Amino acid sequence: MSASLVMFLAFIAITLGITAWASRRTGTTAEFYSAGRRITGFQNGWAVAGDYMSAASFLGIAGLIAFYGYDGFMYSVGWLVAYLTVLLLVAEPLRNTGRFTMADVLAFRLRRPVVRVVAAASTLTVSLFYMIAQMVGAGSLVSLLVPGISFNTAIVGVGVLMLVYVIFGGMLATTWVQIVKAVLLMSGTILLSILVLARFDFSIFAFFDAVSRVTGSFCPDGAIVNGACLDGSAPIVRDFTQPGLYYHGRWGALSLISLGVALIFGTAGLPHILVRFYTVPSAQAARTSVVWAMILIGSFYIMTTFLGFGAATLVGKANIGIASAGRIVANQNLAAPLLAREVGGEVFLSFVAAIAFATILAVVAGLTIAGSSAFAHDIWFTVVKRQQEDEREQVLVARLTAVAIGVLSILLAIGLRSLNVAFLVGLAFAVAASANVPAILLSLYWRRFNTTGMIAGMLVGLCAAVLLIVLSPAVMGIDAPGAAARHLIQRPPLFPLDNPAIVSVPLGFLAAVAGTLLGRDPVAEQAYSELNVRANTGIGAV
Amino acid sequence: MPSPTPDWTVLERTPEFRALVRAKRRFVIPASVFFVAYYFALPILVGYWPEAMSRPIVGRINAAYLFALSQFVMAWGLMAAYVRRARAYDRLAEAVRRQAGGRS
Repeated sequence: MSASLVMFLAFIAITLGITAWASRRTGTTAEFYSAGRRITGFQNGWAVAGDYMSAASFLGIAGLIAFYGYDGFMYSVGWLVAYLTVLLLVAEPLRNTGRFTMADVLAFRLRRPVVRVVAAASTLTVSLFYMIAQMVGAGSLVSLLVPGISFNTAIVGVGVLMLVYVIFGGMLATTWVQIVKAVLLMSGTILLSILVLARFDFSIFAFFDAVSRVTGSFCPDGAIVNGACLDGSAPIVRDFTQPGLYYHGRWGALSLISLGVALIFGTAGLPHILVRFYTVPSAQAARTSVVWAMILIGSFYIMTTFLGFGAATLVGKANIGIASAGRIVANQNLAAPLLAREVGGEVFLSFVAAIAFATILAVVAGLTIAGSSAFAHDIWFTVVKRQQEDEREQVLVARLTAVAIGVLSILLAIGLRSLNVAFLVGLAFAVAASANVPAILLSLYWRRFNTTGMIAGMLVGLCAAVLLIVLSPAVMGIDAPGAAARHLIQRPPLFPLDNPAIVSVPLGFLAAVAGTLLGRDPVAEQAYSELNVRANTGIGAV
Repeated sequence: MPSPTPDWTVLERTPEFRALVRAKRRFVIPASVFFVAYYFALPILVGYWPEAMSRPIVGRINAAYLFALSQFVMAWGLMAAYVRRARAYDRLAEAVRRQAGGRS
């Protein structure tokens, strides 16, 4: 039995133990959705970090930096600064006015059932996009790192485990799985960073000297063909400490800014992150959670430079991939695992593989619980049952929804396995930023905001984000023959930017404002007084 | 809450509640404008002036990397500033809660 298999099994045994313990404390809706609101701020900070730092953070950023140098670090910066939006504008009022889901805050004074349905649909969309990306990542990773486990087995395994956590242990088990994962991820990353710096005698200057000797090249517009650009000129060469290897050319700077918009506004609209703030007893504890989450997430993202630059210098871009038929097929996701093998040997590689596995499991469990509470609480309980209280039935519906989400994402992940699904995480962030964030901010801070504005903002934001992504280089593009991951549409892109947020977020806000100004809703304006007082003081908070 | 529902419109107009909202706004609005501006300065500078930002400052560590690192310091600094002020907001909110309890 390989070392990585042993570590996987150890992690699975620990988390199943947690689930067994949690299942005895999970009966009511408040327990299933919100862990009985008994998680402390400090614990929740770790859980938020565990819920947030997905495979895209750990493997994706390390890979981007290893392949493109400095530009990959832009994700790290945006994903931390995003938490200022959460801290200053969203976490505390959300905790004070909601109970279980993102829709609670929107439905607070816009009481029509359609508000909950639209918000729940958006939650399910964002969570499913995010989930498929994680599952495809899990499949390719586990099958790569543990020889003997196939892609489909890995996906089914991840799906079944996540369902066991969620169905039996609810939010309490999910929380502790996320905490265990965050501890593992932080310790693994610290250890990896120390081992990388040890190779440079702990001199940060020697490290950067080495990084600056690694170079990459690009053409301002178009690909390099036979060592030259399309217009015949020589490609531009930059070293890895310099910006521009990923974002360059006519649309490069604008793409980078658009990515920034999605990153720093998207987080405040991610349902699986927002519902974590309902697991703590008060707004003060919600604030403490954000503080701990920011300390952990920030430290982690600074260390991504050691991971990414470390892989670029010690492993080398040319060696990051899978050996097949005598040559190496590049795979960015393997930068961190291969770096671990380089600095710590096979056992450390196994440890890092187990961390990657834990990372994916903790995130998909969080996504499943956010999706199932949105369906059971917002659609089933409020719309179908018209608020007739039946705790046991609601928890049962939430569990069944979790099964449906799990099965659906397993099937979609298996179906989409050969496609490049990295754009799905970008899409999840863009939809969250364009559809959810305008609705959340305006309902908390604009007295006049009404149902028409909310529906208009959410639908326009959602449609604009999805449509522009479909037309963008993330989905449209002509692949060279034999490329590893295929574009979905083999045509030149119609929208030039990788990420739609710089267009779709303002559109979402504009539609929300325009829809609101179409009419007045005296009831919603009247109810703003209650929202305003309760959001700021915590009076009547559950 | 077992007590009867407070009159929210009246409560919203009390000097205590106004003081709370004013105190929060005085920090949160400028802080939000500042962090958004400071953050977007990074992709704008790096995106449009990559050569200037590639200038080494300390050893081979360049302006672009140092500016990116300063974003972490900025985020943590703003976080600490907010948490320090939030204790005062909690006291003001407590005063409003007492009002609400007294009235009902």
